[in-house]
Amino acid sequence: MIEISNLGKQYASGFVALDNISLSVKKGEILALLGPNGAGKTTLISSVCGIVNPTSGSVTVGGFDIIKDYRKTRSLIGLVPQELTTDAFETPWDNLTFSRGLFGLPKNPQVVEKVLKDLSLWDKKDDRIMTLSGGMKRRLLIAKALVHEPQVLFLDEPTAGVDVALRQDMWRMVDELRHQGVTIVLTTHYIEEAEAIADRIGVISGGKLVLVEDKSTLMARMGQKQLKVELMDTLEVLPKVLEEQGFCLADDGLSIVYHYDKDAEEIDIGGLLQTVTNAGLGVKDIHTQQSSLEEIFVDLVEDAA
Amino acid sequence: MNVRAIWAIYSFEMSRTKRTVTQSIVSPVLSTVLYFVVFGGAIGSRIESVDGISYGAFIVPGLIMLSIMTQSLSNASFGIYFPRFSGTIYEVLSAPVSFWEATVGYVGAAATKSLIIGLIILATAGFFVPIQIAHPFWMLAFLILTTITFSLFGFLIGIWADGFEKLQLIPLLVVTPMVFLGGAFYSIDMLPSAWQTVTMFNPVVYLISGFRWSFYEISDVSVGVSLGMVMLFMGICLALIGWIFKTGYRLKQ
Repeated sequence: MIEISNLGKQYASGFVALDNISLSVKKGEILALLGPNGAGKTTLISSVCGIVNPTSGSVTVGGFDIIKDYRKTRSLIGLVPQELTTDAFETPWDNLTFSRGLFGLPKNPQVVEKVLKDLSLWDKKDDRIMTLSGGMKRRLLIAKALVHEPQVLFLDEPTAGVDVALRQDMWRMVDELRHQGVTIVLTTHYIEEAEAIADRIGVISGGKLVLVEDKSTLMARMGQKQLKVELMDTLEVLPKVLEEQGFCLADDGLSIVYHYDKDAEEIDIGGLLQTVTNAGLGVKDIHTQQSSLEEIFVDLVEDAA
Repeated sequence: MNVRAIWAIYSFEMSRTKRTVTQSIVSPVLSTVLYFVVFGGAIGSRIESVDGISYGAFIVPGLIMLSIMTQSLSNASFGIYFPRFSGTIYEVLSAPVSFWEATVGYVGAAATKSLIIGLIILATAGFFVPIQIAHPFWMLAFLILTTITFSLFGFLIGIWADGFEKLQLIPLLVVTPMVFLGGAFYSIDMLPSAWQTVTMFNPVVYLISGFRWSFYEISDVSVGVSLGMVMLFMGICLALIGWIFKTGYRLKQ
């Protein structure tokens, strides 16, 4: 549905926001883009939507080029920006009608009504937008993006500064849209959010796409545990018997580490420790640790930096 | 062409006018009426006629021009600057709308608003002074061309400005003096000859002169030249807007 190839963006200040990004998103898929602040997530989305002019590379949406066929690609896309940029004096009803008009669609009170109801804004339809709360403005931005019935939805940090109830509403909405076959790209700093709703996860750091993987593959990596045995004395060379078991040396010989799958059934921690003692090593302390998506993420981002 | 988008932007801007009718229509009309009272009534009664026209009637075209020029500038510049300032411009940029369509929507609304103001002032002036319109068609043509041109100019200012200070800079420091010195209140040949030459570099002179001709068939410069100048000025604005849209200057990074 979305094909991004070798996309680059250098701002006039010289800052490189996107560095040769290639990415493809399948129809009906939910892709979460994770990355620290300033990583380039918003620039990437803005480039696809036509708000930022890319300096190199190309993007197609639904098979159409975003520059040559901008009318076609933009008609397919709904964008929910990160900032709460709403009008102030208009009403939600007028604002949604305006959005439909911008996208070249005729007035359609039924659709506007449905979108307003879906996002719990129906009661507020005739209020001035400036009187709405932050969460409601966020809902309104989503409503504006959905009111032209897009095939692709970009959500730029939809749950930043949003309370738990709205966040769960949002996740439910994303799920519903997935059932309708809408392709969704969302950016977030919240790893649990990516975990909860995405099919695939991409990590951006320093303008580079560090990784894109199925969530399940990433979760499998997350399933890794490690056993770390701190030693009484510094070890120069790992005894052969321990090496065969799968141990490796760490911390300049002060500890040895063993990796295993937490779901594997035949793990015998007692036996492993027995082997260590039998090899004549003094055990000072032991730790076991499970790697989280967060750790994988931090590792990746640090590697990239 | 995305006609619905043009209409959406146009209606959005027009509803802004409706909401702020005091500020956008009543206030410019009131200030023009004050000019009539002061210049037309109080001072004008002591001035003999200019080129055979009573002073009060003589200043009507100039006052209308003064008002529609400043109103077009402020309406159009604010219309595009505010969405940039608040960030809501993102929606127009990400919609299947060409830059020209957006311009037509914003500039069309600003020009319409000024045109309404101009016509109201004209009607109001009729109560104070005897007005004759020798060439109604050309009167309307000058009125419409000027509102469009100055709305385009205002649109450019609204894109160029990166703060409220800059938004006001050109209208207040450049355009207002140009309009006042452009012959709104006097005929150019009332000036010392050196100043007459200087005045010829003021584009507003040509607009007011042509507009006044459509009322009383008197003009400082020939009507053809006036019309040519309006077209030239409009052409320059269109070319600049074309360049902005090509490069995305101040709109897209």
